[in-house]
Amino acid sequence: MTGRLVLPALAVLILAVAACGGDEASGGSGSAGSAGKPQLTVSAAASLKTAFTGYGRQFPDVSARFSFAGSDELAAQIRQGVKPDVYAAANTELPDELFAEGLVEEPVVFAGNRLVLAVPADDAEVASLEDLEADGVTLAIGSGGVPVGAYTRSVLEQLPAGRREAILANVRSEEPDVAGIIGKLTQGAVDAGFLYVSDVRATDGRLKAIELPGDLQPSVAYGVAVVTGAKQPEAARAFVAGLLDGAGAQALKAAGFEPPPGR
Amino acid sequence: MSATRPGWFGALLVAALTAALLFLTLPIVAIFVDTGPLDLVASLGEEGALEALRLSLLCSAVAIAIIVLVGTPAAYFLATRRFRGRAAVVTLVELPLVLPPAVAGIGLLAALGPNGVLGGWVEGAGIELVLTTAGVVLALTFVAAPFYLRQAQAGFEAVDATWLDASRTLGAGEARTFLRVAIPAAGPGLVAGFALAWGRALGEFGATLMFAGSFRGITQTVPLAIYERFSTDFTGALALSAVLVAISAALLLSVKLLSGSAWLGGAAR
Repeated sequence: MTGRLVLPALAVLILAVAACGGDEASGGSGSAGSAGKPQLTVSAAASLKTAFTGYGRQFPDVSARFSFAGSDELAAQIRQGVKPDVYAAANTELPDELFAEGLVEEPVVFAGNRLVLAVPADDAEVASLEDLEADGVTLAIGSGGVPVGAYTRSVLEQLPAGRREAILANVRSEEPDVAGIIGKLTQGAVDAGFLYVSDVRATDGRLKAIELPGDLQPSVAYGVAVVTGAKQPEAARAFVAGLLDGAGAQALKAAGFEPPPGR
Repeated sequence: MSATRPGWFGALLVAALTAALLFLTLPIVAIFVDTGPLDLVASLGEEGALEALRLSLLCSAVAIAIIVLVGTPAAYFLATRRFRGRAAVVTLVELPLVLPPAVAGIGLLAALGPNGVLGGWVEGAGIELVLTTAGVVLALTFVAAPFYLRQAQAGFEAVDATWLDASRTLGAGEARTFLRVAIPAAGPGLVAGFALAWGRALGEFGATLMFAGSFRGITQTVPLAIYERFSTDFTGALALSAVLVAISAALLLSVKLLSGSAWLGGAAR
């Protein structure tokens, strides 16, 4: 008898939880809320998570839904026909390429960031770029396709071959996005990783940033574009405008992003 | 045959099966539509592809060996003994079946990662798991083992208990009965579990990425290589996917053939 009751009870519980979740996501007014408010879908680089989630909550008139992943994965999805309303990447190359292919409208640069060496805040074994060359030090970097991995490689390219090889020999994982690198670092799986300064800030003190020498610092610029054929073009344009000057720009600043580099 | 008898219920069954079949085969067909045999060969020539394939086969083979060695006696125990809390044990063993791979990855990190519950002990023993090939094997074993255990247990339960009794009565010890009577009789179940578990291990993605990371030649198995390629080289990703489909299909097919002839013949006697 009890066995017969378990499944229906479980189903009711799951439905109840699902209903609550829906309430929260659509701003507290249940199904009526999600029907009343148009939905804006934003595909954004994983490093934008904190800033965009904060901005999305204050964004008026629409309920913003985010898909955070590596900028390259999101671009590949758009090339395969996935249509978000806005695409925001951790570089300018990917939005420019999609623009050239007619998949997005003309992109704009909306933020900058700094690549840093990130280490655990407590008893870090690595204190400088030089320490990465030591035997036994372990490192996580972005894979070649994702912007953070490309910036990291551009930094290493500038080092003499011997130093570069020594550092690359210590790489234990090439992660698909910054979230993967952060996870490996906070779990103590590696001693250090290359991240953006805003990523380190978002860990609430669990990680600390070691600045790179100025001459090695790559120019990290974030590009955003309205996707061609967006379902909510007006809201998408407003979202982009707010990133340049408004609540979005403030959220980015609060999250540790820099103004767009010299454009 | 009753299926030929006209009737709305029969038509409903046929419609349901057709829908299920179309839905389940469409993505697989689509992978092959865009990839010719030449693409397949070319994709294997690409940097990292063969390494990923070698690593996938190696890690899944080691994982499946561990699973079979430990899982067969464990499943036999569960199938043949009645004890307090047995249902709870069976449920616990099957739990990873319904765990999302990401949860498996987090759980493995929380248990065996450097900051995990047993992390200090693992490190003290000089064992490196996180971000190593051994870590891949561990993740595959964790997610795939329940598939084998479940099937093996069902296989042993289906064996007629009087055979085991007869074997013991005739003087064979418990161990001999297990090896000579129970295992051959449960053969089809064991083989089915073997195929399911191996297939699951070959396809593992989330737990591997979280626990073992992704590094060419060390921890980047085929699913991780496919994911990495997806952004930069969609055709290459498709081709590598096709290779994985082909291997998995070959695995399933050979097991079906095996269990259909020799194994089943042995059990149906």
